[in-house]
Amino acid sequence: MSTPREPLWEVFVRSRRGLNHVHVGSLHAPDAAMALRNARDVYTRRQEGVSLWVVPATAITASSPEERDAFFDPAADKIYRHPTFYDVPEGVEHL
Amino acid sequence: MYGNDFTAPDGLRPAPDAGGDEPASFLAVLADGGRIEPRDEMPEAYRRSLVRQIAQHAHSEIIGMQPEGNWIARAPSLRRKGILMAKVQDEAGHGLYLYAAAETLGVDRADLLDQLHDGRQKYSSIFNYPTLTWADMGAIGWLVDGAAIVNQVPLCRCSFGPYARAMVRVCKEESFHQRQGFEILHTLSHGTPAQRAMAQDAVDRYWWPSLMMFGPSDTGPDAATGHTAQSMAWGIKRFSNDELRQRFIDMTVPQAEALGLTLPDPELRWNDERGHYDHGPIDFTELFDVIKGNGPCNQERMAHRVGAHEDGAWVREAAEAYAAKRAPEAVA
Ligand SMILES: [Fe+2]
Ligand SMILES: [Fe+2]
Repeated sequence: MSTPREPLWEVFVRSRRGLNHVHVGSLHAPDAAMALRNARDVYTRRQEGVSLWVVPATAITASSPEERDAFFDPAADKIYRHPTFYDVPEGVEHL
Repeated sequence: MYGNDFTAPDGLRPAPDAGGDEPASFLAVLADGGRIEPRDEMPEAYRRSLVRQIAQHAHSEIIGMQPEGNWIARAPSLRRKGILMAKVQDEAGHGLYLYAAAETLGVDRADLLDQLHDGRQKYSSIFNYPTLTWADMGAIGWLVDGAAIVNQVPLCRCSFGPYARAMVRVCKEESFHQRQGFEILHTLSHGTPAQRAMAQDAVDRYWWPSLMMFGPSDTGPDAATGHTAQSMAWGIKRFSNDELRQRFIDMTVPQAEALGLTLPDPELRWNDERGHYDHGPIDFTELFDVIKGNGPCNQERMAHRVGAHEDGAWVREAAEAYAAKRAPEAVA
């Protein structure tokens, strides 16, 4: 006995208006419409969302954890991108 | 086994997962109290151990729908029926969160289900007990979900990210499960003498099996047995079976008093010195016997599960055919 392999979908939920969609998990479904309905039943049984996205898991390109350091390194030595890098003379406000 | 990793000592036991060969990056994340994510380097034994535990946890959630499903059509009121349906639906959801977490480790849900169906993987022994009366819905919610919560809360901090995140969702949903069970028993224990007796009978039957849910003893002379030590070193398990069981007993005894029901253990009494309740010996031979397939409902549960899967095959096939026909260019 074997079970057909339905495609995997990643599920994103917007919990309320004004917020981003956030990844909450994944599920199997034969097509996008079914994925959306299943996502509603699996991930929003308690009104956790006002909007849902389902994305085929195969459509996601991810950065690789092995290259993490090299990949994100260019930002590491540019602390001048943060406002705390700068000295502000005493008494200067609203800067 | 319900958020735990144990089996009968001479059962279909997988080779013990030993440490060794652990990548430095993996050890560094553990030492830091961080989370391992699916694409991180991890020892093969860690991966295998997690697949086994998460799959068995998922199987427990979906098999766990059966004992309660048995009473949905016979719930005593519309209110109780709505609550029980919502609870059983949550358990299906818990199973799905967990299968999804297991799949991040490179396995396929369809394979895990096949392994459940042919007996290579197990589910919690607690679901092999029958639900004889409506009061059993109370005892299951209060004791079985109560014990599951004690097991699952520390897993919210487990070292494997997807498992920990699934547990956060599950634990949020569990608290209503336990409360509705307590409420059922409270109503019955304050009802007619017959209702009270029914409540007491359910508690008498579910108390010991609930204590067995935490698994065999794994402290003192038993500390070297089972998977506890390795699971703790990997940050999967945070407390021993015995510690979790004690925690459950300590919180449950006062609740039983509030219900006006007794727990069927004459040796249960407060120990001032230990700051815990002492309890009588637990018959683990019964636990192992049930795991091996000899519980009152093992065959019924599996037959129902396999039957439901086979009866649903045409729906899956039709949905697949429909998807293929409508969107031949889309992902498949
Ligand atoms: Fe559950
Ligand atoms: Fe539950």
